[in-house]
Amino acid sequence: MAGALAACSGGGEDPEVLVFAAASLTDAFGDLAAAFEATHPGVDVALNLAGSSRLREQLLAGAPADVFAAADLSTMAAVIDAGLAEDSVVFAENRLALAVPVDNPGQVAGLDDLERPELLVGLCAAGVPCGDFAREALSQAGVEASVDTDEPDVRALLTKLAAGELDAGIVYATDVAASDDVVSMPLPPSVDVVAAYPITVLADAPAGDDAVDFVAFVTSAEGQAILAAHGFETP
Amino acid sequence: MTSGRRLRPSVPWPIAVLGAVGALVFVVPLLGLVSRTPWSRLGSLVTGPVVGDALRLSVITSTAAAIASLVFGVPLAWLLARSEWPGRGLVRAVVTLPMVLPPVVGGAALLFALGRRGLVGEPLEATTGFLLPFSIWGVIVANTFVAMPFLVVSVESALDAMDPGPEEAAATLGASPLTVFRRVTLPQLAPALRAGVLLAWARALGEFGATVTFAGNLQGRTQTLPLAVFVALESDRDTAVAISLVLVAVSLVVLVSTRERWWRR
Repeated sequence: MAGALAACSGGGEDPEVLVFAAASLTDAFGDLAAAFEATHPGVDVALNLAGSSRLREQLLAGAPADVFAAADLSTMAAVIDAGLAEDSVVFAENRLALAVPVDNPGQVAGLDDLERPELLVGLCAAGVPCGDFAREALSQAGVEASVDTDEPDVRALLTKLAAGELDAGIVYATDVAASDDVVSMPLPPSVDVVAAYPITVLADAPAGDDAVDFVAFVTSAEGQAILAAHGFETP
Repeated sequence: MTSGRRLRPSVPWPIAVLGAVGALVFVVPLLGLVSRTPWSRLGSLVTGPVVGDALRLSVITSTAAAIASLVFGVPLAWLLARSEWPGRGLVRAVVTLPMVLPPVVGGAALLFALGRRGLVGEPLEATTGFLLPFSIWGVIVANTFVAMPFLVVSVESALDAMDPGPEEAAATLGASPLTVFRRVTLPQLAPALRAGVLLAWARALGEFGATVTFAGNLQGRTQTLPLAVFVALESDRDTAVAISLVLVAVSLVVLVSTRERWWRR
């Protein structure tokens, strides 16, 4: 059976590694994929980028992916519990940031300002990692934010902040680093939320060894340097 | 209209087979939704506050969008069909653009035009303090943006197909152009108006991309049923399926009842 399948797929096409990666990894994984392709001639890396929970739903529904990189451990746990992967390894960490448009129209100085009802405040929706982390941070600081929108993913939130349509929002430190249009304000010391990013090769990965190689590359010194350049921290 | 004579020819098998496949394209996904429905918990899922708020917002905003489409879309369709002016073809294309654009592009365009840093939104907020994004008004604007083209297209093609005789007769008898429009043109347009309003309402009810991009997503303020489904999919599939069923049920009731009553005469 396996032989027959291999024979079927043995056309002239380049092997492809299909990577499902969290939206907050968009830029970093673009660079990782390019660097991996450069060192592995003939292998293509295709990225499917979306909110971690959306990717999880796609995987649970049977999407034929090779690698899954999530923005939180619980999303990964759901995929492992479903028998779609054996184990995962944390390859990066990210901190939260209180982001405001570069000209700071709401004169936001800290997390307390999110309680001001006249400000336009956005978070990621509950259930999305950045939304759950943001709510955890707010509760650690004892801040009851006056929220105006629960955005479907961190990129959507960042877009509205960068456009100046929102006064403040909680995103990842890497998002602020990647944008010229937002800056971050300091979070109070009581906030201690670190997002851990786990990665795994899926059990039925069609790409096989190439998928294993890609994950090894992400955790290698070269891969970690690329991630660090995008503001991620080494676990 | 169509001939009243009803012939019942035998159905040629290629037409039956292809037509059945065509119907399956719509029936199978619906069955998929039904197969995932948590029937035992359905009652408690759809009576929660999230669904109630979303249903109320959806009905209010789609109805408002349908009314706005009627008020502004009928005159616009008349201008496109009955008057000559430079740039008419271009305006017609721009008006129908939302039917082919990804709604999220429309939402971004609305944000850049009507957001507080937008072309129109900035002076609007500076003079009146009124802000469309993140409010129910933003949802209505987004809904109208995607829905009105359906009414305009429906009414414009009816105007094109209309026999000019009665209008010319009324004008010859001394009726003013506005009177002709009100007393002669509008009554003849009734079937197209009903179809157009219904299509616009249905399109607004299902609107997602432009709404979430322009108006944001907040329960009780801007979260309509499609947005509630999308957010629930992140965390709770049972709730997402239950809300989807509510959306399907509301849409089917409206489409079936209005279609039977209005179009089958």
